[in-house]
Amino acid sequence: MENTTAFTQPVAAETDSEVRSLHAMCLNESEVQHPWWHNFKFSVVGIFFGIVFVKAEIISWFRIQEMFRLESFHMYGVIGTAVVVGVISVFLIKKLNARTIYGERITFTDKTFNKGQIIGGLIFGLGWAITGACPGPLFAQIGTGALVITVTLLSAIAGTWAYGYLRDQLPH
Amino acid sequence: MEFLTQPWSWWVAGIFIGLTVPILLLLGNKHFGISGNLRHICAACFPANIKFFQYNWKKESWNLFFAGGIVAGAAIASLWLQDPNPLQVHPDLVNDLAAVGVTNIDGLVPTDLFSWDSLFTLRGFLLMVVGGFLVGFGTRYAGGCTSGHAIMGLSTLQWPSLVATISFMVGGFLMTHLLLPHILAL
Repeated sequence: MENTTAFTQPVAAETDSEVRSLHAMCLNESEVQHPWWHNFKFSVVGIFFGIVFVKAEIISWFRIQEMFRLESFHMYGVIGTAVVVGVISVFLIKKLNARTIYGERITFTDKTFNKGQIIGGLIFGLGWAITGACPGPLFAQIGTGALVITVTLLSAIAGTWAYGYLRDQLPH
Repeated sequence: MEFLTQPWSWWVAGIFIGLTVPILLLLGNKHFGISGNLRHICAACFPANIKFFQYNWKKESWNLFFAGGIVAGAAIASLWLQDPNPLQVHPDLVNDLAAVGVTNIDGLVPTDLFSWDSLFTLRGFLLMVVGGFLVGFGTRYAGGCTSGHAIMGLSTLQWPSLVATISFMVGGFLMTHLLLPHILAL
C-alpha cells in the first residue's frame, strides 16, 4: 500500500527517499508486496551470520583489542576477505545483470561524502575499541547470554536518538 | 562436528560475511548494514517529532528480522557449537589486562569488565554506557558502521565508505592506545 502511494505521488516519494538516503539506509523500494512473515528469510540469513560471529570470535572483546594493538591478523583477515568476496559478488551481480529471487532489478546507490563520515567515524571508532563491539556484535553478544550488553545496546540506541535530536546543529 | 566446534579461521568467516552482501541483494535487493536498526528502533519507539525519525520504519523491518536472527544464531552457536577449549589470547594482552585486575579471559565478553556488578562502577559505566553511546552516536553520524561502510560500502567501491572505515580505525587506535589504558586502570 505504501509503495503504491509513493509511485502515484513522485514528489512525496522523492522527499522520503532524500531523507532515507542521508544515512546509509536501504533505499530500495520493492514493488512486490509480501506478507510480513516473508521477512523471516532475512532472519535465517541473520542466524547464519550470528553463528559465524560467535564461531570466528568476531564478537570477542579480546579479538578487537588484539586488532587495535596489532597483536593478531585475525580481524584484518576477516574484514579483508569479506570485502574481497563482496567486491567480486557485486561485480558479478552487475556484470550478469542479476535479479532478485522475485525477478526485481538489483540497484545500487552511490554514497555522498560529508564530514560526518570523518567525525562520526572517529566517534564510533572510540566506542568500538571500548565496547569491543560494533552494532552487529552487540546483538550477537546478547544472544550468547551476556545479558548485561543490553545496557550497551540501549545506550547505543540512546546515542542514535541523541544524534537525531542534535543533527541540525552538527557539521556535515 | 569437530570442525563446527573449534574456532573458525579468518578466511572461513570472511567468506561467509562477504557472501551476506550478495545473499541480501538476491533475496530482495537489500543493502547490508546493521546500525540502521538502531535508527529504526528510535523511529518505532521514540520518534518524538524529530524529523530524522519521521519515516516509514516498517519498510526497513527486514533489517530488524535480520538482527533478530543474529541474536538467535549467536544463541545457537554458544549453546550447541561451543568450543570446549579456552580462548587463545595474545600473551601481551593477557599481561596488560592482568595488571589492571582483569584475569578472567574465558568467554567472548570479559566478565571482569562487563557485568551487572561492574555496571555501577565508574569503569563499568564508561565501558558499557558511555561506550555504547559513542557507538550509537558515531555510527549514525558516520552514516553506517562496519557492515554498512567497511563491508557493503567498500564492496560497492564507495570512496566515502573508505574515508569512514579509516576514521573508524583511527578512532579505535586512539582509544586503545591513549585513553583505554587509563579507563581500565580506574
